[in-house]
Amino acid sequence: MKSQKAHKTSSKVQSKSGAVKSRGVDRALGLLPKKLVLQMLDLMVRSRALEERLIKVYRTGDAYFWIGGPGEEAFGVPLGLLIDKGQGPQHDYLHLHYRATPTLIAMGMPMIDSLRLIMNRATDPSTGGRNFANHYCIPKWNVVPVGSPIEVQYGMAVGTAHVQRRHKMRKDKAGVSIVTGGDAGTAEGDFASCLIWSSRPGSELPIYITVQNNKWGISTAFSGQHGEKHIADRGKAFGMRTNVVNGNDPIESYFAISQDLEYIRKNCKPVLTEFLVSRLYGHSSASGANREEGDCPIELFEKRLVDSKYIAPGFVKELFQSYDNESREAADTVRREPVPTGDSVWDHVYLGSENADWRKF
Amino acid sequence: MANMAQAIRMALHYGEKNLQVMDIFGEDVGAPMGGVFTATQGLETAWNSPLDERGIISTALGIGLAGERCVAEIQFCDYIFNTIDLLKIGGNTLWCSNGQYNMPIVVMTPVGAGIRGSIYHSHSFDAWATRLPGWKVVMPSTPLDAYGLLISAIKDPNPVLFLKPKALLRVRGDELIPGEPTDEKELKTMIDAPIGDRTSWNPKWPKVEEFAIPIGQGKIVREGTDLTIVSYGRTLPLCAKSAEQMASSSGASVEVIDLRSLYPYDWAMIRDSVRKTGRVLFVNEDTEVTNFGEHLAYRVTQELFYELHARPQVLAGKNLPGIGLHPHLEEASVPHLEDIVREAESVLREIP
Repeated sequence: MKSQKAHKTSSKVQSKSGAVKSRGVDRALGLLPKKLVLQMLDLMVRSRALEERLIKVYRTGDAYFWIGGPGEEAFGVPLGLLIDKGQGPQHDYLHLHYRATPTLIAMGMPMIDSLRLIMNRATDPSTGGRNFANHYCIPKWNVVPVGSPIEVQYGMAVGTAHVQRRHKMRKDKAGVSIVTGGDAGTAEGDFASCLIWSSRPGSELPIYITVQNNKWGISTAFSGQHGEKHIADRGKAFGMRTNVVNGNDPIESYFAISQDLEYIRKNCKPVLTEFLVSRLYGHSSASGANREEGDCPIELFEKRLVDSKYIAPGFVKELFQSYDNESREAADTVRREPVPTGDSVWDHVYLGSENADWRKF
Repeated sequence: MANMAQAIRMALHYGEKNLQVMDIFGEDVGAPMGGVFTATQGLETAWNSPLDERGIISTALGIGLAGERCVAEIQFCDYIFNTIDLLKIGGNTLWCSNGQYNMPIVVMTPVGAGIRGSIYHSHSFDAWATRLPGWKVVMPSTPLDAYGLLISAIKDPNPVLFLKPKALLRVRGDELIPGEPTDEKELKTMIDAPIGDRTSWNPKWPKVEEFAIPIGQGKIVREGTDLTIVSYGRTLPLCAKSAEQMASSSGASVEVIDLRSLYPYDWAMIRDSVRKTGRVLFVNEDTEVTNFGEHLAYRVTQELFYELHARPQVLAGKNLPGIGLHPHLEEASVPHLEDIVREAESVLREIP
């Protein structure tokens, strides 16, 4: 992040891991409590173990489709830790895309709930077996339903932010509407709508517009489709605070998100921040879900922490193994859980009405 | 008596005062215009949005997700088509979330021909609307029904599409809205914005009362025994007039049903009427291929086949890409009084 305190150190050296070093010391690490640094590592590994389990579940035929966010842990985990978690406009709303497992793991989502979703069980707390992997819905944390249409969440975030602005104007407690999405989707008009509607003069919204730029839209490279240097630059035209952040660095991401949210909460104005992230398993199972080239934020972070003697070599491997075991046991449990029944298709078409099926009008 | 635009305005006023409506918004919905048909003049919570239909529907969805009630307007339904995927989301949010998030929003939009509106101010939307599962769809043909249906739409915890027959928005009703002054000039003075500078104008709202027409409930506007005509919106008064004309010209006894709600619809009313008459004609002005009337005709055929004396018929707009501006073009495209009479008489003549 351009304005980040950690980058103002003298005689700084950018290491291969992305860390800022001064005379061999990773000073950025020291800006956060060690406990928090290690917590972020723990959650990143936990999220990765879960995502890789989801892919295995797909490969073994226990799921029809996988799509997810391995490679976005260094952005998603800090975001999850910084959210004002709760239900209603007084807390933050989350308009997430389908690569948000790291955020939800950081918020405390049990692994088993993600497996229930991908294995379309009746016990799936998000959709009851109705939607794809990573299409979460958790009302108690204001996680509104994740959809498959690209970028519509940016427009809907305007609506929740509008309500939060009203609360704030009344001096009531109000949260921020946080929206996440990919770089390719920013070509959709809904992204432009979000920029325009969130910066109407005199009606600016408390909205955190984030883009996770992994430089791909399925198989189409960002570089061949977008002439703008940074997606975040588009916010400048609206007088918006903008940032470009190394989303593979959890420390840099933590500070960026923390400062952005503080600014929005204080000023009731939008921020657009672009996080440069990796896409480590392709778009989805439709493209094989195989490990691809790219910087792994966990490996980068592990190296920094080993170099700085926060952890011993081999620590992450053991940690991953324990979470992998937990995820396997969760998958075994879910496999035995009930699936939705066909006659439940008419449930929840309308609230408070039995007239969903026209044959019964 | 109030016209339909005034009735809508009074229902919205009732909504913002009594039903927790906090946002009535869309293009030119707020001051100074108050809507291109004046249906939102003088309302406290009305505001102008950017000229962005997708933004309007998206914002309404977000407000609904936050549990608040809003009424969003698309200025003409001709411009709602680029929001179809968002309307799908509005209709499937409750279902996709397995009952966890409902969507208590109203989207209203003027529909249909009849004002020499040319290609992009004459589209219909009822056939499209009824292909959006999860939405309720209503369309009034009188000011009182507009008032009662809009109040029900606002109160409903589900998304409701309120289709405004634009050619009827200036037409006065013959029934008073509860609380409406009996003198229409007095009402005009109270709630119509003056021409010119409106900066210091404030409406004086009559003490309108709650009057909710249940969604899904049709209305028999004329009783008859020989033929049932089912319609809604702009073609409804044409159907009533055609029934009157046939009664005086040939003595035919035609029952006319104003469906009012397209989804859910009042099947019991249609069924009982068709059982009585044995003949049915469905009339609307949307294009005729994959028309909502076809679904109703299909259902009549399936459930009442052996009680019919004639094939169920659908009279709808021609399957054309648009409505042309010249009156000859418009008249050749959507059902008119003569078309309805001709079609009704052909159903009446049919011998099983």
